[in-house]
Amino acid sequence: MNAKTLVIREILHRRWSFVIGVVAVMVSVSCLLGSLALLERFDRATEQELGKINSETEKILKGHEDGIRKAMKGLGFNIHIYPEGQDLAEIYSKGYGEELMPESYVNKLAESKIVTVNHLLPRLTQMIEWPEGETSVLLFGIRGEEPIAHRSGKRKGELLDPVGEGEIALGYELHHRRNIKEGDSVEFRGKTLKVSKVHGRRGGIDDITAWVALPAVQEMLGKPGKINSILALECNCESLDRLGEVTREIMAILPNTQVIEVESRALARAQARNGAKALRIQEMENFVRDREKLRDLRAAFANFFVVLVTLLSLVCITYLTASNVRERIHEVGALCAIGLSHSKVLQVILSRAVLMGLIGALLSVALLSICGVILQSGGVFDLIGFDAYSWTALIIAVPLMSGAAAWLPAFFGARRAPAEVLRNE
Amino acid sequence: MNELSKSNPVVFAAGLGKTYEAKGKKVVALDGISLEVNAGEFVSVCGPSGCGKSTLLLILGLLLKQDEGSLKLSGTDVSDLSQSSKSSFRAEHIGFVFQDFHLIPYLSVMDNILVPSLAKPVENAADRARMLLSEMGIENRCDHLPSALSAGERQRTALVRALLLQPELILADEPTGNLDRENSTIVLDHLAGYTDRGGAVIMATHDNEAMERTGTRIVLDEGRQISSK
Ligand SMILES: Nc1ncnc2c1ncn2[C@@H]1O[C@H](COP(=O)(O)OP(=O)(O)OP(=O)(O)O)[C@@H](O)[C@H]1O
Ligand SMILES: [Mg+2]
Repeated sequence: MNAKTLVIREILHRRWSFVIGVVAVMVSVSCLLGSLALLERFDRATEQELGKINSETEKILKGHEDGIRKAMKGLGFNIHIYPEGQDLAEIYSKGYGEELMPESYVNKLAESKIVTVNHLLPRLTQMIEWPEGETSVLLFGIRGEEPIAHRSGKRKGELLDPVGEGEIALGYELHHRRNIKEGDSVEFRGKTLKVSKVHGRRGGIDDITAWVALPAVQEMLGKPGKINSILALECNCESLDRLGEVTREIMAILPNTQVIEVESRALARAQARNGAKALRIQEMENFVRDREKLRDLRAAFANFFVVLVTLLSLVCITYLTASNVRERIHEVGALCAIGLSHSKVLQVILSRAVLMGLIGALLSVALLSICGVILQSGGVFDLIGFDAYSWTALIIAVPLMSGAAAWLPAFFGARRAPAEVLRNE
Repeated sequence: MNELSKSNPVVFAAGLGKTYEAKGKKVVALDGISLEVNAGEFVSVCGPSGCGKSTLLLILGLLLKQDEGSLKLSGTDVSDLSQSSKSSFRAEHIGFVFQDFHLIPYLSVMDNILVPSLAKPVENAADRARMLLSEMGIENRCDHLPSALSAGERQRTALVRALLLQPELILADEPTGNLDRENSTIVLDHLAGYTDRGGAVIMATHDNEAMERTGTRIVLDEGRQISSK
């Protein structure tokens, strides 16, 4: 006979109130563990969703980058070099500028060690009358590409169809209405020129443009040895500040010029990419903010719920202990008469509540593992994420709390004067 | 039985008084009770209902504190002992028997008898319990719950429980109150047998047969001692 036997026999004797206490503990422990698992699952779903958004963004950006790389590789980017004094507003409104610079600038650039420019095309442009055609024409004096002197011969093919000596290429509006075909001869400001190319409709100023060899145009316009711009094609450079780099290189060679970047597909793509990136980042930020708000709400609710359920189960244990003590009043009196100390009697009464807590906690954990097996989500424990230390703490803390809840009624029960119940009523 | 020095009475009480207060009214339960009980003495406390018999036994058993008077048990002045000292003093020196038995309902007869060993562990408690049970003729009820026993068997079980630790003093509050004549006689025989072996028994009763078995009778009336012989 020992105190353990006494406690266990008593529990078996009044088993239903004990079972109620155990269930109360199980409910509150399961609520705690369940809410931890649910919150963790929510967090993981958030992370997964974020990962998905992230990889989608990656993919989209990669698409853009590939495009940019291709565009850069194929085209590089293009710049115009104008004389220093050229008013850019004039170019934007008329399509060309009046300021001139020497044609020799092209040669100077071509012979320099410039590394970032692949093709140089000197141009002389002016809107003039075509008396024979009875229309205005944008006359475009071009020269075949200026080879860059220091580079070896392995160059790509010509970028623009050159217009040979005594030849003319015509935009759509110029040849279509007059029914001019390639190989025809046309009169152009007193010169007979052979049509080397008729262009299809481009839907822009190109459709009223006539391309003629640069020396002929210089002669027609009375501007020998002059050009008004150089188009530099396929400029490439590593750095992000590509225009800055090209400008620095060109300005070092031709100080009396200004450099303007031509709006290019690559630039558009880069802008699109940056736009897309900003949009995705914004989207991601919104998502994270929304999820955080939702999580806070869930956590607050879970905390409230767990605290409420825990309080209720503690109250339940207090009540069960109080009624247990009431039932055992004669027993407690007899134990006192026999000579058991108050502390021993208290210990006997409290053991019941502590065992309620211990068994309740262990059963909750067992129930959780069974649920995990049934629902085939063995990850319940993984979701709760407790280490051995936390589990031990839980298994110790729950019985202690249960004992604390039982303490007041147990204390007063054990201290109750046994004389009152032992005097024969 | 614990060794007693011959000079010390088991109970020495002088001028014990106890007044209860209920709802502002004072009830004098005991007034100037003095008694001396020596080892081997069988004493009965009698008197009409409400005269203070149970109160006296509870005070002698250290479960209730007197308002007045002094009390020595086995030579120890017990008036000023702490609660826990009183508990261990009870475990060591006093055995209780009640009219209502106060057995623990979910423990077997054997376990009920062994409960005092929780307060004061002793060697061979189970052997001694079995011996006492067979003396009482209920050794075959060892494993039964109290609910399966007759009133007489329950009281015999309670008696064995009180005797287990061989106290010097047994306080029995109307031990035959719920028993028929035959069972009363058995219980009284055992109490008397215990005093023959050197124990002291103080028994509250209003059963004449029980009174006649005792050597000393203390008669109370309204808390006062009206005779002692
Ligand atoms: N807690 C109490 N409060 C007030 N009065 C009490 C209390 N306990 C006992 N009394 C009173 O004290 C007196 C003595 O009571 P006690 O129980 O000692 O009598 P008793 O002789 O044992 O009676 P019975 O033979 O009926 O058992 C009674 O009048 C009783 O009403
Ligand atoms: Mg009484």
